[in-house]
Amino acid sequence: MSQFLQQVVNGLSLGSIYALVALGYTMVYGIIKLINFAHGDIYMIGAYTAFFVTTYLGMSFIPALLVCMIVCGILGVGIERIAYKPLRKAPRITALITAIGVSYVIEYTMQFFMGTSVKTYPKMLPDISWQIGAVKISYIQMVIFTVTIVLMVLLTFIIHKTKIGRAMRAVSADENGAKLMGISVDNTISITFLIGSALAGAAGMLVGLYYNSASPLMGMVPGLKAFVAAVFGGIGSIPGALVGGLFIGVAETMVVAYGSSLYRDAIVYIILIIVLIVKPAGLFGKNEREKV
Amino acid sequence: MEPILEVSNLSKNFGGLAAVSNINMTINKGELVGLIGPNGAGKTTFFNLLTGVYEPSEGLIELTIDGKKKQIGGLKPYKITSLGLARTFQNIRLFKSMTVLENVKLAMHKNAGYGVASALLRTPKFYNAERWIEEKACEYLQEVGLYRKRFEKATNLPYGEQRRLEIARALATDPVILFLDEPAAGMNPQETDELTKLIYHLRDKYNLTVVLIEHDMSLVMTLCERIFVLNYGQMIASGTPEEIKNNEFVIKAYLGEEI
Amino acid sequence: MAKQLYTRTNMIWTAIVLSIFAVLTLLMQTGMINSYYESTLFTICVNIILAVSLNLIVGICGQFSLGHAGFMAIGAYVAGIVTRYIPTYGGLFIGILLGFVISAIAAIIVSVPTLRLRGDYLAIATLGFSEIIRICIQNMKITNGAAGLTGIPQLTTWPILFLAVVISIIICTNFVRSVPGRAAIAINDDEIAAEAMGINTTKYKVIAFVIGAILASLAGSLFANYFYVLNPNQFTFNKSIDILVIVVFGGMGSMSASVLAAIVLGILNMYLQQFTDIRMIIYGATLILMMIFRPQGILGTWEFSVDRLLNKMKRKKEAV
Repeated sequence: MSQFLQQVVNGLSLGSIYALVALGYTMVYGIIKLINFAHGDIYMIGAYTAFFVTTYLGMSFIPALLVCMIVCGILGVGIERIAYKPLRKAPRITALITAIGVSYVIEYTMQFFMGTSVKTYPKMLPDISWQIGAVKISYIQMVIFTVTIVLMVLLTFIIHKTKIGRAMRAVSADENGAKLMGISVDNTISITFLIGSALAGAAGMLVGLYYNSASPLMGMVPGLKAFVAAVFGGIGSIPGALVGGLFIGVAETMVVAYGSSLYRDAIVYIILIIVLIVKPAGLFGKNEREKV
Repeated sequence: MEPILEVSNLSKNFGGLAAVSNINMTINKGELVGLIGPNGAGKTTFFNLLTGVYEPSEGLIELTIDGKKKQIGGLKPYKITSLGLARTFQNIRLFKSMTVLENVKLAMHKNAGYGVASALLRTPKFYNAERWIEEKACEYLQEVGLYRKRFEKATNLPYGEQRRLEIARALATDPVILFLDEPAAGMNPQETDELTKLIYHLRDKYNLTVVLIEHDMSLVMTLCERIFVLNYGQMIASGTPEEIKNNEFVIKAYLGEEI
Repeated sequence: MAKQLYTRTNMIWTAIVLSIFAVLTLLMQTGMINSYYESTLFTICVNIILAVSLNLIVGICGQFSLGHAGFMAIGAYVAGIVTRYIPTYGGLFIGILLGFVISAIAAIIVSVPTLRLRGDYLAIATLGFSEIIRICIQNMKITNGAAGLTGIPQLTTWPILFLAVVISIIICTNFVRSVPGRAAIAINDDEIAAEAMGINTTKYKVIAFVIGAILASLAGSLFANYFYVLNPNQFTFNKSIDILVIVVFGGMGSMSASVLAAIVLGILNMYLQQFTDIRMIIYGATLILMMIFRPQGILGTWEFSVDRLLNKMKRKKEAV
């Protein structure tokens, strides 16, 4: 039982990272209906940025986190402006292939400059852990939970209480309608990318610290898993991304702990397929039907 | 007068909204029936229920084929079509990548009589079936006067011709009942006139029962033998054109007059 | 054999195909195509089969699949395993057939539930399925797991491969110009209207999907028996994307475009081999530029047609 609870905690910390990445997917998909395949790579850039600013500039945790979020946010907006903006009216498959192209460019450009070797981080966080009952929570896990909760609260506030949040919801519901109401659709989409990418940047740094490693292709599989998490929760839904991320994290950890680590990725895809078959709109998604 | 389609207590709710409620209707073989009502009265929803696009919340739709009654409510659209109900769409839905002829040929797959294996191996059966399909499709196009335009892209046709092509395509599914959703929308008076003749002609030639939704009252009044009036999802009147013209509920629904 | 097969168009096609075969065979025998170029040629042929079959699913039927590598993997491993036990042409034949059966069953299992989904969701679901197939291969004993399968006999000869390419193209084009093919195109154009015309949309989607999967499995079998080593990592979703890229690069819905794109990208890839470091960067950048400036692909929906060519020549002659 204690081992089970311990696995739940481990799963939740992994899941928090997925949730942060899933938010970016869900926001971008919600607003321009694009599976941003490059999103996982932005998370990778976040991990590398953290590596650089901590190793070479000696930054401490909070400033490094902010730098990661800013760098990734700007990168996300840049990608959107250069690659996705010209394709806003294009068929989805075109946009999807562009996203794949962007993903390749980011991954292999990093590989070109960084090599395939795995980078390790300097020691930033104390090796403390807390024993709560039978469960041990490490310092980094605590940091992950705190950062995730803070960012979630902040995001919910932005989306529901600010002008830009209203604009995002409006564009997501009806782009043309929003345009007629005087909302700058281009800027709103860019800000969506900014926020989504900044969250991925934060996730990248956290995962880098958690596993103490960063490599150019590290974003691919977690990217897909985060997307699965977004679909699970209902694409376009913020609480959905959180719940989906946590669920995927826990499920994966359980499979590794009690099944076989060889099937850790398979379980995620199986969850995805079951969700799509049983409830394609996801946990919190709305079902839409074409009008005849 | 033998009934071909019987609708009883048919209702459809979207969430809390009753788009169609408690409709009873009998349509006889060979009849020309009109369905009218103000915008948003539930006419198209009713069509969608009959043709399987929506599943009824309540009620029965029974089709009589070869003297046997069959409940078709809630069946998949393709099954309903293969049982002999064909339709056109209010907002034209032609296959945009196909030519006029291909649009009609597509609808004829029911009687094609060859399967995937024949298609891939190009057996004699395939060639014979394809020749038959081609001839028959051309015949339908001649009926609606589009034979000469058969190699044009369907979406390049003018609006009125697109509507006629939709009729030819529905005809090609070999129906017993033809549902026309606003067939005269966007047509000028002359085209509407030709359409009237066409519908008469097709009914007689192919032994069809025709049900149409239309806002053009002159078309409905001249063409239809019986008219049903829907308002707010309910049937408020039915009868001959004369009866409908003088029905106070209908007048109220359309003009909003006080009784 | 139907007598309608003996048309002038078909005769000309036969002549074209035979001369391509003769020229390539001659070039190989005289050593103009050396073993290095030969492996490129074989890769291109395998890719043509993969691309036309995926085009059937994506371009013709409009079902956005990102799982083609999974079916290729099934064909490759089944034929690879069978021919290791029976290293003869008969063994290859059995392997290919068994691959067909298994990939068809897998395709039905994948497609029946997922083809209700649309667009991106379908793409992700097929991607998931293909990854599950790969993970299973990675964890099975008979496939030798992550270490990969070695010592597969090299049974894929040039005539066999060329024949397979020709048959695949014929199957795909025959499918398009038939009742089920038209149904598939109609589903791509407007699913609701197609269903209203009496088309069982699920059935035709599954048919297109299964034919595509079987041909992908054929490509896999021939691939395995030419390159004689297999590794699960050859069949990640990157492979599916590579195939999709060929289809989109050429032009969705056009079989000639898929063939052309497979050749162009195959040759391009051969030259890029020298620049391993930046190969993928160039590849990615090409994709982005292509999608921004020519999203319909090189040929769009244009299809090479002997009939049209003959008509043009006739008209020119008349004009003179």
